[in-house]
Amino acid sequence: MKTLTNGILKENPTFALVLGMCPTLATTTSAVNGMSMGLATLFVLVCSNVVISMLKNLIPDKVRIPAFIVVIATFVTMVQLVMQAYLPAIYDVLGLFIPLIVVNCIVLGRAEAFAAKNTVGLSALDGLGMGLGFTLSLTVLGVIREFLGAGTVFGFQIYSSQFAALIFVLAPGAFICLAYLMAIVNKLQKK
Amino acid sequence: MVYFLIFISAIFVNNIVLSQFLGICPFLGVSKKIDTALGMGAAVTFVLTLATVVTYLLQKLLVLWGIEFLQTILFILVIAALVQMIEIMLKKVSPALYQALGVFLPLITTNCCILGVALIVADQSKLLAKLPLGAEYGLLSGTVYAFATAVGFALALILFAGIREQLALNKVPEAMKGTPIALLTAGLLAMAFMGFSGVV
Repeated sequence: MKTLTNGILKENPTFALVLGMCPTLATTTSAVNGMSMGLATLFVLVCSNVVISMLKNLIPDKVRIPAFIVVIATFVTMVQLVMQAYLPAIYDVLGLFIPLIVVNCIVLGRAEAFAAKNTVGLSALDGLGMGLGFTLSLTVLGVIREFLGAGTVFGFQIYSSQFAALIFVLAPGAFICLAYLMAIVNKLQKK
Repeated sequence: MVYFLIFISAIFVNNIVLSQFLGICPFLGVSKKIDTALGMGAAVTFVLTLATVVTYLLQKLLVLWGIEFLQTILFILVIAALVQMIEIMLKKVSPALYQALGVFLPLITTNCCILGVALIVADQSKLLAKLPLGAEYGLLSGTVYAFATAVGFALALILFAGIREQLALNKVPEAMKGTPIALLTAGLLAMAFMGFSGVV
């Protein structure tokens, strides 16, 4: 249980570990996009953690990083093909960032730091926790940016979009939103 | 002229870090000093250009054999191998440069702008909107685009490092210390770069 909640709050990949910044900033233009990216990463994290912890005694220490990357890339390709087939609209929006899950530091980081040292069950839980934490922070960031930038939340119009500040959907808004969100989390954790 | 436009567009208008969000990790990680930013910029320029040429040719082979679904796996392996090879070669050929680039070389494998640009150039039919000018890219224009992108990365990194060196001397609210203030700075820098939009 502790392994599961660890990733969601105390070691949240985005706010505490500051890993995987590229998809965090790039795909959170709306709540739905952020959440789908989070879920895709969650799937890859759980699967690669399980497989890597199963194979940890078979992989020689020297070639472990390339071996991990191949395992991760396999699952990423699976996600890519499945999304292309069943969720083409979201796949088109996320586009480049789906194959780029391969080089997301969280996935490789958890494989190296956790899955390579722990049992299959614990690794699955760790992947699930980390993935949920990542999804949560991406969704929160997506909701805030969509609300400020387009006046909608999950596509529902909250207030007229002509009063919305477009900058929050564009590149600078991503940096600024995340900066303040992180500062708020820091402040809350100090207490 | 076309190459010049690609160059300007990739460096300023569609800056890889500040408007495309690729390579944020090294952008935040190794931007505390201008020296290290220069080293990282040089290493990325080198690897990115070479990796794009190799993966562009590899993509032609993949299409020929009809195994495009292996793209992600093969590209990342090629990039990892390439980085390793460059490391070994540099060690023998130019120890001075090897010393200068040092720890940055192995880090580049997981820099998402390398795989990102390789995928953009190889997968033009799907990601054409990401490329400046929108035209079909050949080997030469793809290489120019990769090189220019890397220069844009280096430029953003060095500018950011310069700002952060100054920032370190200022008083920052407790909760904003570290990453938040760096992100805020990056946001302002991105806003400045937005001024270039529409130039090309």
